[in-house]
Parts: sequence; structure tokens; C-alpha cells
Amino acid sequence: MTDFTMNVGDDGVAIITWDVADKSMNVLRVSAFAELDACIDEVLSNDAIKGAVITSGKDSFAGGMDLNVLGSIREEAGDEPAQALFDFTMNGHNFLRKIERAGMDPKTNKGGKPIASALPGTALGIGLELPLATHRIFAADNPKAKIGLPEIMVGIFPGMGGTTRFVRKMGAMGASPFLLQGKLVDPKKAKMAGIIDEVVDDPVAAAREWVLSATDKDILKPWDAKGYKMPGGEPYHPAGFMTFVGANAMVNGNTWGVYPAAKALLSAVYEGAMVPFDTALKIEARWFVNVLMNPSSSAMIQSLFINKEALEKGANRPDVPDQRVKKVGVLGAGMMGAGIALVSAKAGMDVVLIDTNQDAADRGKAYSETFMDKGIKRKKATPEQKEAMLAKINATTDLNALSDVDLIIEAVFEDPGVKAEMTKKVEAIIPEDAIFASNTSTLPITGLAQASVRREQFIGIHFFSPVEKMMLVEIIKGNETGPRAVAKALDYVRQIKKTPIVVNDERFFYANRCIIPYINEGVMMAGEGVAPQLLDHAAQLLGFPVGPIQLVDETSLDLGAKIAKATMEAMGDAYPKSVADDVTFWMVDEGRLGRKAKAGFFNYDEAGKRLGYWKGFGDKFPQLDEQPELTEVQHRLIFPQVLEAVRALEANVLEDIREGDVGAILGWGFMPWSGGPFSWLDIVGAPWAAEQCDKLTEKFGERFTCPPLLREMAAKNQTFYGRFGPAAKTAA
Amino acid sequence: MTEAYIYDAVRTPRGKGRKDGSLHEVTSVRLSATVLNSLKDRNGLDGHAVEDVIWGNVTQVKEQGGCLARTAVLASDLHESIPGLAINRFCASGMEAVNLAANQVKGGAGDAYIAGGVEMMGRIPMGSDGAAVAVDPTVAMERYFVPQGISADIIATEYGFTRDQADALAVESQRRAKAAWDDNRFAKSVISVNDINGLPILAHDEYMRPGTDMQSLGALKASFEEMGKVMPGFDKIALMKYPHLEEINHIHHAGNSSGIVDGSAGVLIGNKEFGIKYGLKPRARIRQTCKIGTDPTIMLTGPVPATQKILADSGMAISDIDLFEVNEAFASVVMRFQQAFDVDPELVNVNGGSIAMGHPLGATGAIIIGTLLDELERSDKEVGLATLCIASGMGAATIIERV
Repeated sequence: MTDFTMNVGDDGVAIITWDVADKSMNVLRVSAFAELDACIDEVLSNDAIKGAVITSGKDSFAGGMDLNVLGSIREEAGDEPAQALFDFTMNGHNFLRKIERAGMDPKTNKGGKPIASALPGTALGIGLELPLATHRIFAADNPKAKIGLPEIMVGIFPGMGGTTRFVRKMGAMGASPFLLQGKLVDPKKAKMAGIIDEVVDDPVAAAREWVLSATDKDILKPWDAKGYKMPGGEPYHPAGFMTFVGANAMVNGNTWGVYPAAKALLSAVYEGAMVPFDTALKIEARWFVNVLMNPSSSAMIQSLFINKEALEKGANRPDVPDQRVKKVGVLGAGMMGAGIALVSAKAGMDVVLIDTNQDAADRGKAYSETFMDKGIKRKKATPEQKEAMLAKINATTDLNALSDVDLIIEAVFEDPGVKAEMTKKVEAIIPEDAIFASNTSTLPITGLAQASVRREQFIGIHFFSPVEKMMLVEIIKGNETGPRAVAKALDYVRQIKKTPIVVNDERFFYANRCIIPYINEGVMMAGEGVAPQLLDHAAQLLGFPVGPIQLVDETSLDLGAKIAKATMEAMGDAYPKSVADDVTFWMVDEGRLGRKAKAGFFNYDEAGKRLGYWKGFGDKFPQLDEQPELTEVQHRLIFPQVLEAVRALEANVLEDIREGDVGAILGWGFMPWSGGPFSWLDIVGAPWAAEQCDKLTEKFGERFTCPPLLREMAAKNQTFYGRFGPAAKTAA
Repeated sequence: MTEAYIYDAVRTPRGKGRKDGSLHEVTSVRLSATVLNSLKDRNGLDGHAVEDVIWGNVTQVKEQGGCLARTAVLASDLHESIPGLAINRFCASGMEAVNLAANQVKGGAGDAYIAGGVEMMGRIPMGSDGAAVAVDPTVAMERYFVPQGISADIIATEYGFTRDQADALAVESQRRAKAAWDDNRFAKSVISVNDINGLPILAHDEYMRPGTDMQSLGALKASFEEMGKVMPGFDKIALMKYPHLEEINHIHHAGNSSGIVDGSAGVLIGNKEFGIKYGLKPRARIRQTCKIGTDPTIMLTGPVPATQKILADSGMAISDIDLFEVNEAFASVVMRFQQAFDVDPELVNVNGGSIAMGHPLGATGAIIIGTLLDELERSDKEVGLATLCIASGMGAATIIERV
């Protein structure tokens, strides 16, 4: 079975159809290159063929490159991975260039055969880079189709000519949202931006007609014609100069300089803009390989693409029949409950939204209404969709409405007594086979399950706030949770299109277990006199979306105080007292609870906008005259999180390091460029990490003690993915 | 070792670097030749008298391109046997020309040089020669490039200088420049620029605004706030490099930064034998020279490490220096110098500086050496130090001593 087939019509137009047999969307495999190459050779050499149309046998054109390909090329190349990747990339360029030049005489630019693309729908990554090499792109008028180059989102950049052709087509400024942010657009917008040429009802017919009438001039790309000038100007053109000065600063500033792909992309654009097209492609290939050779890009591809997808597709799902949810009961219509109702109804489930009084229940439902109104305003939704969705939510105080739900998600007040009472009441009403889930963020599931008569059907489904935005859902297995409950939770998460991790039950589960020490260390350093702006900047320079001081203002100081007190009670004398508690309790006493109080480590205006750090903090906890080195601050921010992730693995809270990595990035924005805490440890190496632990322990205390597992791996010079990765698991 | 002496120093007046500036009609070549001819004529040199002309110039494109130094020699009354070396060390180009010449003389490579520079900023705009440091991502991103105005504001933020302090320094620069002109203190150096028929075009610095006061400066908008805070957001880059700062305090504007002007200057440097041959009396010896590289983001703090190095290299202390010329590229540059060495502001830029009179990039280094020498002679002091901050994070300094 081949991916590409060619049929030549009576009119002499070859229709080349891309249709990968076992996939719902085409992805480019290495073997397919040669097939398409053979088709193109036939088109160019056979006098009976006038030209060609490349299209797809599916309702989309193509989803891109199979990203596993790049990893396997690198691995198979042995000692020369850069050479192998460069050769692979250049082969791609030469092949696409063959399509673009289409047999033209290199001097006169005459005598080539027209080759057009016909896109029935979505065209992403290499699925767009291939059409970009053809002479005219026709797309179906399919508003759901997405067109663009999303490579940057997984830590690489378009390396099959997409970067060079976009910049040559629309200039550096015009191309920047597509290349730097991976912006995807529908066909009409793609035409407006100059990415594609025509939006038509029947792209194959239109392309075919065009091929029959195209002249030499029609198939000559502007950059191959004499007198070509880059739109917006090349870097040393006065206008272009300003663009490039600004682009460097904006990209550096927006990314805090941590994404190698963004820098490499800009270099490819800058250096490529000053040389002829073929040289620019060679430069693009060199920077592309440079990014592929950077451990950050493999880590990002591994976590954000391959492993994330595997988890979403149920890599750790128990082997039980389909558990998709038809009707879900949400207990508690507060912020979390309202958000859960929203995402469930949006996914097409019937929702019963319960609260103790009707007003509260209605307010919870109104959250969905507001959300849809915003969507309508932004033209992302229609009034009909809003009505249909709201009709799915039954906001009520009547527990009997839960009699036919198949899943309960409890999001009531974070109090074991209240939760136990609700569990008993609700279990008496819901069907016997319904699964009961708690959205608790702090209370152990095994304890909450004690109130249940069906403990194997009791589980934790922990959402992050705001529910409709945060992509991670943490599923917690209590000691007695059964496999069907896990499957139910996973199938539900898949329905709402979020990414699940499944963890075992221990205090704070996985995400909060790691976030809390991070915040704590930041607050501790503030108490020691480290400038709060240095703390936040240090974290942002590592790639964290917000620093610890800003984060604690968001999560609120009183929550911090509550957690500290509860932890103190739980740990007793073993509790490590620190200046962090002094700071937290003092801030709470001062009423500086964070953003919600419009007063915290920051000052805020009435609308809750940050106005700068509150100077009063320095009066109580004076700043050090000599501020610590940036790297020391950064190590104190990274290690508490990473070590907690390792301890979670040791304690079997995590069963799969992929979940530890994906969960960290999606849950709290852990340095996405690193691929997550375990990938980061693999990049820096266990021996170095263990050595840093010892240094930090000596200087700052026992909380940095190297976990035995990490110590052992350092001694054996092991990597986490080598020892615990999916390949190692399969082998074992 | 052979000594290098300054025998003469001249400069053109500084014209506004705009289309309506008086020198706008004059070519860079002609203005340079005016300086070369003046040095030749004033000192009775014959056409072969010097070994080389070393000419500083920053924006080396168009009429300032193609080795302007050699073109200027060919356009002047000097003999064609004198070559010409065009050099660029940004704002210190004119000083670097002098320093190179002095060190060539000290090393025995020729008896005499003319060193100086030119910049016609109204004719050849600053930056029109391109600069990879600002646009090549491998440098601009890795080294946290920001424009100079942002750097000057970083200095103000890091070292705690206020807008009022900067404005006060600018007012004082204007006051001193006017007083110096009123007192004829530049008479020894400033030459008139004439047209091809000998008719005068400009004979005085025309950029100055003598009436400048705190109120008039207070009305000016900070020049770099927009590019810092909004588009493209250079403050963020500054904070990435200096994460201990909370935000950048934008204090600089057109009134407390150096002026954009046209101008040229030259210094005649030679050994003892040269003076004897032409019957010239040495005015000062060039005691020490230096150049350093420093942090490219804050960029303009170079005068501090350059001065530390030149003092160490010459075995001198800051107290051994009688007068200072610290180029007023931005007010914060001078304030940082005064703060670092705790020197009396009365000894720094006593006749005003680039804020009042303007900063013709390639020439200023030579101008301030001449101004320093004139003032040492006028006030009968011995040792002077001139220094400049330099783009991309460099610094240069020269110590001269009257003989």
C-alpha cells in the first residue's frame, strides 16, 4: 500500500492523491517521500502529462510530519546525527525545490510544468510546506480547516522550507505570527494573509482547470524572478532593520530567552533574508538541525507531543470496556463546580449542577452563559450553540435529579465532614454502578472514600483553576479505587479534551506536592531579604509563566497559611519551621492576602491590576544589601519542585514519569522548554543534580537532601527515561 | 621610549545635524579637508610632513565610505604620498585615532601624524551603515541588545540618578558652554568653515540653547519610554539582564542627551624631532592611552573601567588628574563617572560638553582632547584625562600632560 497514488486524466493532468491507509489524517512518513518523488519525476518527464494537482483522499490535506521520524533519524545516525539530519532536511529541500522549479530552464525560467495543490481541509506543518512549494494553492471553502505551521509549539520550527517561503511571501513582519506563535487560520484568512491563493468549492476541479491554462509566468515564484525584493525589506533595508531590531527584542522578551527554537528561527530568517533562495534553504536547514540537536527540542517533542498524546489516548487506561460519560452530576456550583459543568456540557454531556440553594446553582450555570456570550462576541460560537449547551445543564437543589447520572464530580467545600455527608446522601440516590469522584485538591482520597459504600467506585478527579483554561486533570486513585473508576475518569477527561495523569494517593497528590515547596522557597527567600523582583524574574528567566511571589499572590496568602497550619498539625515536631511561615502569617495578619484582597506582595488597583511590589514588605523584612547570584536563586526555585517529583516517583505516587513531566508542564507551567522535571534531570544529568543537592543542603538545609533514587542514579549515571521510560517498561 | 607630543589641535564649529543646519551644505570630505589644511597651514608644514592621517568616522557609508581618510587627504593640500586610515570605534573614533597615532610615534613608526575625525550626522544619518549587533539574533538576543538610550536609562536606574539630577547637569552644560564662548575660551581651536570662494559658512557652535533651564527641560518627554515599555519592549530585555531591577526609570530626553551635529576635529601629533624640524613647541605629551570592553547591555559605563585601567597602567591615582573631559553622551554617563570616582563636578567638562554643543560621533574624541588641552593651558594645570563611553559596551581614555 502506498501513501501517494497518481492518475493521469484524459486532459493530461495528473492527479496525485495522498492517502495514508491506516490514519484518519495524512502524516508524512519517510518512505512516502520517495513515492511522491517518483510521481513528480513521471509528471516532469512524461510528455503526455501537462501538469499535476496534489491533493488528499481525506477530508483534510495533512496533519504534518510524523515527529517520531526525526528522533529515529537522529538515533539511527550513530556518531553523526547532525550530518544525518542535515542530509535528510536538504533532501527534502531539493525535492520540494524540484516541484517548485518544475523542469524550468534555469536561465529563461521557461518550459516548466504547472503543479498545483488542492486542499480539502486542514493543512499543517509539512502538510502546508509541500503545497507552498507548488505553484498555486486551492483550498476548499471549509471554515473548520486549519492552515498553518504549528512547529514552534513543540519546540522546533518549520524546517522544510516553510520558514523561508513564508518570509519570502509575506515579509518578516507578516510571517511572524505564523512562524513565532504557530498561528493557525481558516482558508479564507489564509488567503487574506497570502498563504494560499484561492478558496473554492471544488479545489481539485479548480486546480485542474488552472493547470491546463497556466503559463510560464504563472508558475514562476516571485523569488525566482529577476528583481525580487522581500516584502517589508531585508535586514539592512531601513524599514527591515527596524523590523529585525524589534523582532529580536520582542521574541527575547516574550519567551524570556528560554526557547532555542525561537532564536534559531529568527536566525534562519535573518541570515536567509540576505542571500538567494537556495542558499536561504541551506541556512534554514542548518538552524533546523541545530534545534533538533538541542536537547530541549527533543524533550519538548517527547513531552508536549508524543507523551501528551499517548496519555490522552489512554496509555495508562485499565483494560475495561468503554466508560464514556452520558450524564454527570456536579455537586457544588462554586467556581470549580461551575467550570466543571461548563466543560462537561460543552463536550455534549448532560449535566446536573447541584447546590444547596437555587440562586447559587443558577449562578453556577450563568458562568456557562457568560462563557458562551464571550464566544459569540469573538465569533467562536453561535447563539444556537449557546442555547443547546445551556439546555444540557440542569441547575437545581434537588438531589433526586441525580438518579440517572453515571458520574458524580463533587466540588463542595473543602471539609471532610461536609464531603462525607454529601457522599452518603448522593450515593443513596445515584445508580449503583455510577462512579463518584471528588475534586478535592488537598484531602486524601482514601480518607474521603471512607464515607462511601462503594469504595472501588470512588476516585479523585482534580481540576486546575480556571477549569475551562487549564489543560491538566489529575486523577487520583485511593487505596481501594478500582480499575473501572480509573477508566471512567480517563474516558471523561478524554471527552472534555483535556490531558489526564493518574497518580496514587498521598498528601497533595502530585501537582500541589511540587508547587507548594516552590512557592514556599520563594516566600522564604523574600523573608531572607532577596528582592521580590529578583525572585520573580529568576523564575521567569527559567521559563516559568509566573514567579513565586506573583504566584503566591494569585493563590492567596491565607491559603498558604492554611496549608502551613494543616501540615504543621500533620507533621508535628517533624515540621521544618522556616521564615516562610513568619512571612505568610505576618502577611495574613496585615490583611495582605493577595490579589483577591487587592493587597499582597503587590499593590493592586481597584480592577485587580498589579501596580508594582509593595514597599511595606521591605520595612518588615529588609532587603539584603548584597543580593544573591541569579543562578543560586534559580537553583533554589527549581530543586524543591524537581526533588519533590523524584520523591513522588520513589513513593509510587507517580507510576509513569511521562505523567510527571506532562503534568508539571500543563499543571503549573514547569519550564516547558525542559520537557518537565524528569526530562530536565536527564538533560542536566543525575550526577550534576546530586552534586547540586549536596551544595544546596549544606548551605540551605535538609529540604534539599538528595533523594536516594537520584543518588543511586547519579552513581550509576542513569537517566530517568533510560530507566523508567516507556521503552524500559516494555523491556521489563 | 620616544615621547608623543601634541603640537596642535583644531576643530570646526559644530553645526546642527539637520537639513537646516549651517554645515549641511558641506560634504564630509570637504569638512575633513578643511581641518587637514588648517593644521598644515597653521603649523607651516610641508605636504609630506606626516606619516599618515588617521581619521575616525562612525557611519562609513556613501560619502563617508570608501576610506574617507584617504579621500580627505586627496581633497586637501597634503601630498598624495600621505596615505590615510579610516577607523571606527563608534563614539571614541576620534580619540582612538589620536591614541593610535601617539602609540605609532612612541613605537618609532614615523615622526608625526594627523589624527582626528569627522561626522556629518545631518548628511549621513547615524545607523545608516547597519549594525549586526542590533539585528543578528545570535548577538542581539544572546547579548541582550538594547539601544543606547535604554542603556543610559539603565545606568540611571542601577545607580539611582533622577530626572532632576540629569536635567540639572544639562542646564549646567549649557551654562558652561555659553560662558566658555563668551569668554573666548575656544578661540585657540575653533576654525571657521568657509565656502570654495573663501566666504564664511559657520564660525561658532550653533547647537547650544543658552537659555535652557529646569522648567524648559521638565516639559520634555522621556525619549526612550515608549520603546522601552511598549514597542518593542526593550525594558524587558534590560530586566532579563538585570533581574534585580523592578523596572527601568526613563530619565533621558533630547535636552539631557548629546546633540546630533556636524563637525570635524584634528590633532597634530609628533615626536621631539618633528617639532624641532618645523620649529614647533610641544603643548602636551600623550602620557597614556587605553581602551576596554564592558557589558554591552548597560553599554555606556565604559569610562569607569577605562579610567581605572588607564590610572593603573600609568601608575597614577585619580587625585593626580587636574581636569576631566567625560563625553556627555547622556547625562547619566557623566553622573556615573563622578559617582564612581567621587570627583568634584567643577573639574569635569568645565567648558560644557556634548549635551550643549553636540556630539559629532567620529570627531568628538579628538574634540575633547583639544578642549582639555586648551583648558589645562588656560587654567594653568598640568594633567588631564579625557574619556568616552562607546556603543556595544566599550570605553576609551587618554591622559595628557602639559610640557
